[in-house]
Amino acid sequence: MTQYMDFEKPLAEIEGKAEELRALARTNEEMDVTEEASALDTKARAILEELYKSLSPWRKCQVARHPERPHCKDYIDALFTEYTPLAGDRNFADDHAVMGGLARIKDTPVMVIGHEKGHDTKSRIERNFGMARPEGYRKAIRLMDIAHRFGLPVVTLVDTPGAYPGKGAEERGQSEAIARATEKCLQIGVPLVSVVIGEGGSGGAVAFATANRVAMLEHSVYSVISPEGCASILWKDAEKMREAAEALRLTAQDLKKLGVIDRIIPEPLGGAHRDAETSIAAVGRAINDMLSELSSKDPDALIADRRTKFLNLGSQGLAA
Amino acid sequence: MNWITNYVRPRINSIFSRRETPDNLWTKCPECGTMLFHREVSDNLNVCTNCDHHMHITPRDRFIALFDGGTFTEVAVTAPEPDPLNFRDQKRYPDRLRAAQKETAEAEAMLVARGDLGRTPIVAAAQDFSFMAGSMGMYVGNAIIAAAREAVKLKRPLILFSAAGGARMQEGILSLMQMPRTTVALQMLKEAGLPYIVVLTHPTTGGVTASYAMLGDVHIAEPNALICFAGPRVIEQTIREKLPEGFQRAEYLLDHGMLDRVTHRLKMRDELITITRMLLNLPPAVRADLPPPDKTAEAAEAVLEEAADPAPDASDK
Repeated sequence: MTQYMDFEKPLAEIEGKAEELRALARTNEEMDVTEEASALDTKARAILEELYKSLSPWRKCQVARHPERPHCKDYIDALFTEYTPLAGDRNFADDHAVMGGLARIKDTPVMVIGHEKGHDTKSRIERNFGMARPEGYRKAIRLMDIAHRFGLPVVTLVDTPGAYPGKGAEERGQSEAIARATEKCLQIGVPLVSVVIGEGGSGGAVAFATANRVAMLEHSVYSVISPEGCASILWKDAEKMREAAEALRLTAQDLKKLGVIDRIIPEPLGGAHRDAETSIAAVGRAINDMLSELSSKDPDALIADRRTKFLNLGSQGLAA
Repeated sequence: MNWITNYVRPRINSIFSRRETPDNLWTKCPECGTMLFHREVSDNLNVCTNCDHHMHITPRDRFIALFDGGTFTEVAVTAPEPDPLNFRDQKRYPDRLRAAQKETAEAEAMLVARGDLGRTPIVAAAQDFSFMAGSMGMYVGNAIIAAAREAVKLKRPLILFSAAGGARMQEGILSLMQMPRTTVALQMLKEAGLPYIVVLTHPTTGGVTASYAMLGDVHIAEPNALICFAGPRVIEQTIREKLPEGFQRAEYLLDHGMLDRVTHRLKMRDELITITRMLLNLPPAVRADLPPPDKTAEAAEAVLEEAADPAPDASDK
């Protein structure tokens, strides 16, 4: 059973009814509900299409945060072979909010790094809901260094509400860790491609997504601050998150127009969580495409490409 | 509540109320509550004479106190696309910008200048907390890129004074992109083998701390400056406990290895001279021979008028 979001209420009712009918038919042999149920299915599909035809930015945030949305681990398990996690920052700890290691994509060895949010209460706590501490960024720096030395392309999967705002994280230099990770992204002489698969939360996302190529799933978001945070600062009311989400231009579609990302990966109808397999396959194709676009470039060209890209960013407005 | 009260009257008032004297001759120290005479405050570089609390200082005042003879040349910064997102919260972003420009008489939240510091030519950039909380948007990014390029061109060290509430939300993702953009600028500087010194002032937070403010060769902070990624209120809400006294203040960061030094504003100039000259392998500064810092604004303004013509300064590199 899918977890419904508030705006999916009409859909929930109809899909619920169809489900009920089918359950009834299973206990009662004489009943034939095929026709009614499929009528309801058609209706549900129409509603789903209508809802997802033009999702508002706030609704996209909700879809991006959907608990059943495929997470980093799902992508790594499905798209990569021989995944060999590498742990620890060699200084303090291993951060479970960041997973990464050696893996092959279509036989090519790469370094894969991503934020993992977890899928149930236990794993969410273990993963700290995908909010990395300095150790997470320092682990990523270490892995990027290895990739650089051995000429392995780096693939990052971004899905974080943001860097963890905690006491220990601040004590151990959250800012410095993020700054150094961003710096490392710009220094490595290997292809670096990034996909925002869910939430791209502020500095915590930039630290991984300062890449040669950045793709976003259709309903994922990438923003300087959460809509709730922005609303509470600028509107002095956290409940104005809809307005804030609108104003922040955090959707993949707006970011493409601004030139911040390079491509949008389409999601199945109703969001990635309704058909994880299709979404994961689409992300896999995008990663392969992006890697092959970069495969002919030498290390210096890759570094120069990243620099030029970010230096020129923002010269065009949204109106253009 | 009509256009006469909102628009016409303030206009008329502003014409008649312009005075040569400061609006307020007295400043109350926000820390100890002492009433301070404006001249006493400015002579002491906005540091409370009673409790040593470091109040905000504008980039222009800071530069006047920093550069030899109080003279410096402004480095031009490319103006970005204004309001790239057509952002509107309770006010329109262009209105907020205009209000800040009127209030501060500055174009944006960062000032870049070149000049001599203890007879050492340097480039300096300072963030203006009074301009929309010093927030980092496209302009600040452009300013840092301009500062780095100028430093590389003239082979000079860059000294940056940070002060910001974080990224400029009204520029959305483009403000966030200043993190990698400014990092690229600093890499150009480092590749040219030039020192980059960061002076972190109150407050330096968010995306600013998590990019150019934490990538210096040397980090110096002003006493008691708040320096953090996530602000104390956000952390208290997250972990639901009260934070210890002094948490995320300069001295705390020094203790935790994030800073090299915590230095009083009045001693900052001398310290910067000492450090830059050693990093550049120059002989010690002859302090007795230096022209005294001239705090009169006239001196600086006279130089500003020449800002359009970079030739005299460029030739002395």
